[in-house]
Amino acid sequence: MSNLKDALESGKFGVTAEMAPPKGYDFTEQMETAEVLRGKVHAVNVTDMQSACLKATGLGLCIKLKQAGIDPILQMTGRDRNRMAIMGDILSAAGFGIDTMLALTGDHPVVGDCKDSKPVYDLDSVGILQMLSKMEQTNCDCGGNEIAGGAPKFYKGASVTPLYDPIFLQVNKLRQKVEAGAMYVQTQGIFDLDVLKRFLEMVDKAGIKVHIMAGIIPLKGAGGAKYMNENVPGIAVPQDMIDKLAAAAAEGKEKGIKGLPAKLGMEMAAEMIAKIKDEKLCDGVHVMAIGAEKNVPTILDMAGIAI
Amino acid sequence: MIITQKKPIEEVMAMVGDAKTVAIVGCGSCATACQTGGEPQIAELTAILEQAGKKVVATTVADYCCMNLGVKAKMKPVVAANPDCVICMSCGDGVQCVAKNAGSIPTYPSNDTMYLGEAVRFGVWEEACRFCGQCVLGKTGAICPITQCAKSLVNGPCGGQKNGKCEVNPENDCAWIKIYERLQATNQLEKLMERREDKGYAAVAYPRTISLRGKK
Repeated sequence: MSNLKDALESGKFGVTAEMAPPKGYDFTEQMETAEVLRGKVHAVNVTDMQSACLKATGLGLCIKLKQAGIDPILQMTGRDRNRMAIMGDILSAAGFGIDTMLALTGDHPVVGDCKDSKPVYDLDSVGILQMLSKMEQTNCDCGGNEIAGGAPKFYKGASVTPLYDPIFLQVNKLRQKVEAGAMYVQTQGIFDLDVLKRFLEMVDKAGIKVHIMAGIIPLKGAGGAKYMNENVPGIAVPQDMIDKLAAAAAEGKEKGIKGLPAKLGMEMAAEMIAKIKDEKLCDGVHVMAIGAEKNVPTILDMAGIAI
Repeated sequence: MIITQKKPIEEVMAMVGDAKTVAIVGCGSCATACQTGGEPQIAELTAILEQAGKKVVATTVADYCCMNLGVKAKMKPVVAANPDCVICMSCGDGVQCVAKNAGSIPTYPSNDTMYLGEAVRFGVWEEACRFCGQCVLGKTGAICPITQCAKSLVNGPCGGQKNGKCEVNPENDCAWIKIYERLQATNQLEKLMERREDKGYAAVAYPRTISLRGKK
């Protein structure tokens, strides 16, 4: 049974970490990272060619994780697969004991590294969730044909962007995702608790009931933060955070110490996680370390989180 | 209107190849408006072909290259001139209709067919409809998400807009924000709350034929 479901549905503070498959076919590094995460997170959330950049498929890494005894979350976007391919991958995943998934629309190929690829978008995030819920209810496939042995049951999730104008559209789409079967959602990276609080109030006011996991991105430096502000939709790192990171870099240069901004970024992330848990703002956190997944246990320790 | 763009002339000349005599068929409707297949463009192409040593033995402009009966009549003198090839300066539909009426004479397109567009002002056309076959405009404030959203999303926006602009092309407004604003203006925001059933793609398996005569 889904570790994340167990945690969230029993009222525990859910913790997931994001990981990308390799751009290649050697999974050694991913599996080494997974070992570091073992026992520290409820599940490892495997991306589906994030930012539309080609990687090995998430299903491959999810199978490896599952076989290593680490609970994976299969991210599934509508960008590269039509409904048949999505359902086929879901059935294959279930065949390997994978039972937690996250539905996303997916970044457009044009913003990625294989720009000539044809965008599919047969189904968007809501459509994927609807299809899987219907499959579970009817034991039939996307064409209405019976599935041999019945349909697998997945703990289904989605994503949401709390910083969005007009916010009505995000809240409304979140409502549709929940109605379509999402049991949990992870947010875009949160850097300002007020933004999160305002969003949670709106979700509450709209009567939407779903487990919300706050997205946490540990910053590595002022440059990266500025880049994200300019290029990543839904992300706004406050200026004082950027200033502190820049000051840490200057201090490191002066004293000849490397890695001070990244260390500060980890402290900021830990502080954010601790506040979210202490103030009971969300039901859990989803840490997106973007290549620095091995730092996640340290961040969680600093935040005082143990699963 | 069907929006066309001229192919690079090198591509047209490569198709013409060794042909010595050429006929040109223009189109009096969309391609004339797009300045890709009217009288001035026929004259321009004629000059280029003749400069390359080809002989243009017939030119004609069909009222609509996509209307078989009219094209049939216009093509009789073209076929009678017996050119080595025909160049059709219309959309892809027109080229196929002209080719069907060109007997054994090879027919080539001079244009790329782009989209169904709206002339927002003289010389500017915006893509507005993608012939999805199951119109949703009644639910979306008469703004087409299939066309105006780069992902053709039907359940609302993705998270990819930045300052109201699309992640795919920052020159474009996010379709779903436009839809939201339009529905707000018409006091119909409740339409966004309605459950949208997935309509699937079975209805748009192509090529399609619609006949009011009960048969093809």
